[in-house]
Amino acid sequence: MDIQALAETVPVEGVVNLEGIDFVKNGDEYLTFCLGSEHYGVEILSVKEIRGWERPTLIPNSPDYVKGVINIRGIIIPIIDLRMRFAVGDPTYSNTTVVIVLSLENDSMNCMMGFVVDAVSDVLNVEDGDVKKAPNFGGTLPVDMVEGLVNVGDNVVTIISTEQLLTLEDD
Amino acid sequence: MAIDLEQFHEVFFEESLEGLDLMEQGLLAINGGEQPDAEVINTIFRAAHSIKGGSGTFGFTAIANFTHVLETLLDEARDGTRILSTEAVDLLLQSSDCLRAMVGSLQAGEPIDDSTSGPLVVAFEAMLAGDTVPASEEASTTVPDAAAIPSVDSGLSHNDIVEASINSLLGADDEASLNNDGTSGAGGSDEDGGSSGGGAEWKISFQPDPEILMTGNEPLRLFRELAAMGAMRTEAHTQSIPDFDHLSADECFISWTLWLTADVSRDEIVEVFDWVVDECKLEVELVGDASEELSPVVAEESAQAAESPQEPAASAPVSEPEPVPEPEPAPEPKAAPVATPAATTPAAPATAKESEKAAPATPASSSSSIRVGIDKVDSLINLVGELVITQSMLSELGNNFEMEKLDRLSNGLEQLLQNTKELQESVMRIRMLPISFAFNRFPRMIRDLAQKTGKVVDLQLSGEQTELDKTVMEQIGDPLVHLVRNAIDHGIEPAEERLANGKPEQGTIKLDAYHQGGNIVIEIRDDGRGINPDVILAKAIEKGIVSAGEDLPESRIFDLIFEPGFSTAAVVSDISGRGVGMDVVRRNIKSLGGRIEIQSKLGSGSTFKVYLPLTLAIVDGQLVRVGTETYIVPLISIVESLQIKPELVNRVSGDMALYRLRDDNVPIIPIYREFGIEADNTVLENGLLVVVEGEGQKIGLLVDDLLAQQQVVIKSLVSNYKRVEGVSGATILGDGSVSMILDIAGLIRQVSERSQKRRGRKSGGSGSNSQHQAA
Amino acid sequence: MAQILVVDDSASMRNMVTATLQSAGHQVKDAGDGQAALTIAKTGRFDAVVTDLNMPIMDGIELVKNLRSLPNYKYTPILLLTTESSADKKTQGKQAGATGWLVKPFNPEKLLATVDRVLS
Repeated sequence: MDIQALAETVPVEGVVNLEGIDFVKNGDEYLTFCLGSEHYGVEILSVKEIRGWERPTLIPNSPDYVKGVINIRGIIIPIIDLRMRFAVGDPTYSNTTVVIVLSLENDSMNCMMGFVVDAVSDVLNVEDGDVKKAPNFGGTLPVDMVEGLVNVGDNVVTIISTEQLLTLEDD
Repeated sequence: MAIDLEQFHEVFFEESLEGLDLMEQGLLAINGGEQPDAEVINTIFRAAHSIKGGSGTFGFTAIANFTHVLETLLDEARDGTRILSTEAVDLLLQSSDCLRAMVGSLQAGEPIDDSTSGPLVVAFEAMLAGDTVPASEEASTTVPDAAAIPSVDSGLSHNDIVEASINSLLGADDEASLNNDGTSGAGGSDEDGGSSGGGAEWKISFQPDPEILMTGNEPLRLFRELAAMGAMRTEAHTQSIPDFDHLSADECFISWTLWLTADVSRDEIVEVFDWVVDECKLEVELVGDASEELSPVVAEESAQAAESPQEPAASAPVSEPEPVPEPEPAPEPKAAPVATPAATTPAAPATAKESEKAAPATPASSSSSIRVGIDKVDSLINLVGELVITQSMLSELGNNFEMEKLDRLSNGLEQLLQNTKELQESVMRIRMLPISFAFNRFPRMIRDLAQKTGKVVDLQLSGEQTELDKTVMEQIGDPLVHLVRNAIDHGIEPAEERLANGKPEQGTIKLDAYHQGGNIVIEIRDDGRGINPDVILAKAIEKGIVSAGEDLPESRIFDLIFEPGFSTAAVVSDISGRGVGMDVVRRNIKSLGGRIEIQSKLGSGSTFKVYLPLTLAIVDGQLVRVGTETYIVPLISIVESLQIKPELVNRVSGDMALYRLRDDNVPIIPIYREFGIEADNTVLENGLLVVVEGEGQKIGLLVDDLLAQQQVVIKSLVSNYKRVEGVSGATILGDGSVSMILDIAGLIRQVSERSQKRRGRKSGGSGSNSQHQAA
Repeated sequence: MAQILVVDDSASMRNMVTATLQSAGHQVKDAGDGQAALTIAKTGRFDAVVTDLNMPIMDGIELVKNLRSLPNYKYTPILLLTTESSADKKTQGKQAGATGWLVKPFNPEKLLATVDRVLS
């Protein structure tokens, strides 16, 4: 199953539900996406769904990268533009702009948020040994957010922590 | 039979707990030693009574036995033969706690601990025995009165008809039903069954009072029951039937003599007549033994039997025997002998033995339930009805769709949205309960604490009808208890100290609940000694919570008592110092998305205000539009909406716009500027102003448009994001979009704080300041 | 198969009695107090009434009195459910016009047997 192909068919207001897709799993799997020219990955199990961009309801007095909130089946979730948050790429909204909805439910948190990215690209199957430690040079991402780097062909995918993403806005 | 009693257990537990609450409330309303209100006693009695009945039926013997003692005492109180003393009320209160614990154990599937109930029972028995009051009830309630008195009636009056009908009915019915039963009755089908049945032969004379029919008792039914026990012959005596003119269809004038050959005891026969004992003359005689062939009456035997002590029919006039026609089984030809075998009686007393399976303590499901007013359920049913109509309309449309039906389709879909939304709201509403559920425990608690501390405390409750989500309610209970305890323990002074300070001897604690700016506010107010900020500060410095020399405003100092490790009581008291500190109270409240504030004045008391979000709650809102955004203003905070008249706008103190609303000068707050968004209209003149009030202050919100008013379900932003200033939550509108609900009080605070910072002086009451300029 | 009206303020008992009678094929309506029962009784005809004694608003005794004054319920069997074995309550019930009683606690079998007793 090619997620990219799937993502490209996502209509602007539509939703692709990843449930039911039969991933063959050995090692960890990540959904990769683009911010500008950079590649990122998040653990696929925390991906709730991928939605087309729709204009959210503004939250008063919030930072500009918090685009607002939307309603997903009765749950109100905030939408964060990762490009703006990480200062990567160009925050434009076209009909390929997508929102990755991540959710995490465990003892310490139960949270769902949407993240605006330029496009989703692929599902990455990573053996444990393939994740390399990120060099400790300052990028715009907080250090503890990066779980590691994975080489995919000529590209490097930055694996980011879902938990850190979801607690990004906590004070 | 496939009735599984376990399915009723959960309902029983819940209603028992509710009953106990009622009982406790009732008991608290009683002043020991005075004759209480009859209705109060009745309510208490009824609660105990229902628990006893239910627990017995569902096999919870321990509870049934314990409640029985309780009930005995209450019964005396109800009859007026006992005035409940303060000790009795205390004992009853302790019993309600004990019962609550017992029910809780059952609910949790744990064994019942009788270490508490045992001593209480002893105390009750001592109380019951120690008085001159006669014990009104015997220990066992399960034994039904054994007295049996026959009564007979038949709806009809004329001899022949009566006999004919009875005979035919008896014969036909019994034979049919008995054959079906197929019981291993002795020699059932013998026509001359009189002699063939096993067991004794009994002669039963039964003379019903004429009024017997008036209680719905049919002699026929009694006979049928007897016939089911063995072989029976009947003989009707019609001599007392009056003239036709005096005949009344409501009365019974026939009496009967019955011969029953069956292996039954006297008691079993008498039990058949249990219900009519008072309305007939009944005589049961043993006339023969099974082995003996229709032996004639043995006089002694029958006499002995008639007076046998186990015949309790005290009031029953068993004594006046009817002139029995003949003991010999020489039935009149008319009375067709009915030979009915049936060894075991399926109907009557065989089942009397209680199923002693003592309900094994099955782990009760932890699922809790909620009691909902019927009106809420009805409204749900109505909504579902509408939904079904809409759905069928839409599916019909979809079966045969053409483009010209597009309008109808979009109407239908809109209707569907509306239905769904209303349904959602109604479902949410089901979760809302009046806060009285949380408040109800306090009267009892205050009473106990007052007793323990020797302080005199009066509790006043208000706003009990304020509705709150069930989950929030459950979680706020403990923090509230702690705060109230704290108020009694640390706040209210001992009576002498109060008197010395010129205060009334009785301290007062007020609990209040109300809605304010998207919050539920619960106030705990005492008129005690208040909090001394110097003491708090010194203590905090001593504990290293703050460093010495820090200059803190008073409100910050009060907040220090919520810091972990802080405890003001020099001696940790039994009441509030149970290892749970105020820090836990604040943490619990915060975890609900709420906050707590303290106001206190030394010498005159403290007020704790708990602000809780209305997560899941519903609010009546006015929808307003600003640019592309729709906001919801809670109707409750709206004073009025108006179109701005330019001449009433005054600018003061450096670009602060005030609107003259009658005598008030209301600051105008443009929402677009406050929230940093685009608006259609940014000029005040002719703009729309929604005047709102919160925390005693009015402001005017400048909006682009006023839209509909509707009820909205408040959803928290905190669960997935965080608290947002000026917004109490969000809701989902009919079109599925999200809309922010404005927190008016928060907004006012925010505006005033900012202008305070900006201008370095108080702006809250800017009206008076600028009055002359405005004029 | 009969139409039976069940009256009890305790929901668990009411449910239990209702379910038991239904399991035997009877049609059951129920009410939580005497007043409500009377209203229901007036709108229909029942072959038997099974009522608790001790209820708020209108108790069992009052209900029986009221029912007996209705032409439709002059002879209808009315059973009292009672925990009170004292002759006192039974006498009161009888005087009001009750047909008989069933002493709590009872099990479903006993209930059915007793109800069968009064159904012709």
